[in-house]
Amino acid sequence: MFYRENGQFKSTYASDQQMLPILQDRVFIAALLVFAFVVAPFLFSDYLFLSLLIPFLILALAAIGLNLVVGYCGQISIGHAAFMAVGAYAAYNIALRIPQLNFLVVLVLAGLIAAAVGILFGVPSLRIKGLYLAVATLAAQFFMDWLFARVKWLTNYSHSGSVSTAAVELFGWIVDTPPEKYVFLLGVLAVFTLVAKNLVRCHIGREWMAMRDMDIAAEVIGIRPVYAKLTAFAVSSFYVGVAGALWGFVHLGSWEPLAFNLTLSLNLLFMIIIGGMGSLLGSYFGAAFIVVLPIVLNQFPQWLGIPISTAMASHLEFMIFGALIVIFLILEPHGLARLWAIGKEKLRLWPFPH
Amino acid sequence: MRRKTKLALFSGVLLASAIGSAVTSAPAQAQAKEQFFPVLVYRSGAYAPNGIPFANGYVDYLKLVNARDGGINGIKITFEECETGYATDRGVECYERLKGKGPTGATAFHTLSTGITFAVTDKTFADKIPVITAGYGRADSADGTVFAWNFPLGGTYWTSSDMLIQHIGKKEGGLDKLKGKKIALVYHDSPYGKEPIPLLQERAKMHGYELLLLPVTHPGVEQKATWLQIRQQRPDYVFLWGWGVMNSTSIKEAVATGYPREKMYGVWWSGAEPDVTPAGDGAKGYSALVFLAPAGQGAVHKDIVKHVYDKNQGTGKKEEIGEVLYNRGLTAAMMTVEAVRRAHIKYGKKPLTGEQVRWGLENLAIDDSAIKKLGFDGFMTPVSTSCADHEGGSMARIHTWDGKKWAVQKEVFRPDMSIIKPMIRASAEKYASEKKIAKRDCAKEAG
Repeated sequence: MFYRENGQFKSTYASDQQMLPILQDRVFIAALLVFAFVVAPFLFSDYLFLSLLIPFLILALAAIGLNLVVGYCGQISIGHAAFMAVGAYAAYNIALRIPQLNFLVVLVLAGLIAAAVGILFGVPSLRIKGLYLAVATLAAQFFMDWLFARVKWLTNYSHSGSVSTAAVELFGWIVDTPPEKYVFLLGVLAVFTLVAKNLVRCHIGREWMAMRDMDIAAEVIGIRPVYAKLTAFAVSSFYVGVAGALWGFVHLGSWEPLAFNLTLSLNLLFMIIIGGMGSLLGSYFGAAFIVVLPIVLNQFPQWLGIPISTAMASHLEFMIFGALIVIFLILEPHGLARLWAIGKEKLRLWPFPH
Repeated sequence: MRRKTKLALFSGVLLASAIGSAVTSAPAQAQAKEQFFPVLVYRSGAYAPNGIPFANGYVDYLKLVNARDGGINGIKITFEECETGYATDRGVECYERLKGKGPTGATAFHTLSTGITFAVTDKTFADKIPVITAGYGRADSADGTVFAWNFPLGGTYWTSSDMLIQHIGKKEGGLDKLKGKKIALVYHDSPYGKEPIPLLQERAKMHGYELLLLPVTHPGVEQKATWLQIRQQRPDYVFLWGWGVMNSTSIKEAVATGYPREKMYGVWWSGAEPDVTPAGDGAKGYSALVFLAPAGQGAVHKDIVKHVYDKNQGTGKKEEIGEVLYNRGLTAAMMTVEAVRRAHIKYGKKPLTGEQVRWGLENLAIDDSAIKKLGFDGFMTPVSTSCADHEGGSMARIHTWDGKKWAVQKEVFRPDMSIIKPMIRASAEKYASEKKIAKRDCAKEAG
């Protein structure tokens, strides 16, 4: 009844091509942004910020990065936590060695270094596809694990391999309280999402998708596979590298190479599979699913006042979490983003479906 | 389609209740006469065999204080467990979840993981809650002027590795006899396992032994390659720095490769019942350090049986009371309770904040008579801390598995602080400059 585009006519190309063509969507997104930026920082407890929202925001950024290469360009990677590690350690080393640099510059430089490494590990994608590529990207994971654990210079000769950083400072603003961290991350995520949205709408994104859908056909119509695949790896690693730097500096504060192990790589992959491949919104849904759900499940019995032991609660958490993944994938193989789209379709017809 | 909407509804409810409860639980309840103890545990996962007895001991002691004494000076202890699974991210989540509970917030955290310790150390500066790492954690955190909230009570991995070197030096007939010897460190490839390396390297420079570093990746069930190296290199001694299943796997591999168990020495986290029993008879002759609490039962255990287990309030099985890790949990809880009791003298008998508990921890003086009074006679060595020294003195003995039980050797080792002190200072300085922390002035705070 309310969600209809009747009467919204497009009279210019610009209005036809805009990101959110339906007025209701624009209002919804604007309201969401206002809520997230203005209201939310005053609303929630520190626990909610530190344990749920901050990891969610950073991992959503990483999931967007991974989605660009896996969901949009069709190149499977199970080594993306390695690029997060590259970003984190690059940022650490830059901040350590050039302390007067602005953190935003550090962030961009760390992203660029991660992008360079991403291109390097993306080279195999020019010759191999599918599962074989997945195994090749696994090499990135193991190589980076080894590199940061063994090359002492990268961790500033820390004996346990653990590095720590000071609070982020931006133009005199010290980002240290939970709501401040949240707002800062939200700002970064908003900008990066906007850029990603436009990237996938423009010729670069179209090249990626053509590559994904059928590489030979794409080549025939004049898309260079080298360029398309390597830009996808570069942009993706840039995003993931920035997410890694934020994960280290804003979320963890001090970390060891184990923080970016294979489990994280797999979690990122699960995020985009459950959330929806080739969908930016899906990256958000997937990150929320993987970050928030285990913590909620773990505490759920307690909220209901059911007295069960800690061990039982955590076993239940694993069982229900696993079952939910299977259930969601059976009910909707295209991910939560597809469920959302179905919901919107239904809303258009509501309350009078055919 | 209807099923889908139901599912969506279900997950929506889950999410809403999550947010709802997190929001409402934030404001502190009315000032009840309660002291809240957060309990970080791992009762599931690869490290559960070691995590469970420690957690049981810790919780049993808190129950005992409530049942026998009616709390600490009349202030009832409340506690809540949170499962970390030995994972750093979940540990940090647990820390955030529990730090604000109770009328005055969390008393002090025992993280029971070096990784989690590293991660929460940063947060303690803002939250003002002590983190007690009795026998683990970062070695440099013994420096209370930089690590204002960390308490590696009773020892660190630098003191423990130092004592192990002293022990084998003695066995060889003098530390100078170590020249040309080969010592292999088989370690858990995590901050925990890497902690002792700087000290062993420092000592290697002094005595001229060769140090082989053999990392084992988490969780440590695959060690074939490591032990192949040991077979090739034939080290004179093997130091084991493992945790959980890694320990028993190492001992089994030593049996398989024929490495003499008499030449294997574990740190104090590699010398408990779950580490040796899976290896069966093969573990006979294996030794490990033992610091605060060896296996066995004393006066405090009798109280626990009487006040807790006989009333069906026990956390674990009655037969497991007195195991090495159980006793260590017991001791950890006791030291925390004593810190609260100590702080009551200064701040009055009321629920205390983390900052007030820190004062208690910095002024701990558990001497021999106090140990006896608490029922811990023979289970721990005296601890005495100060604002600058958060370790409080470290000493340890060696115990050897005879196939049935741990036999404790008489000799007591003390670390050579003239080597360790400068290392602690250098490392703490580096941390302070990296994190831009202003050092505390202990003389001023005392005055």
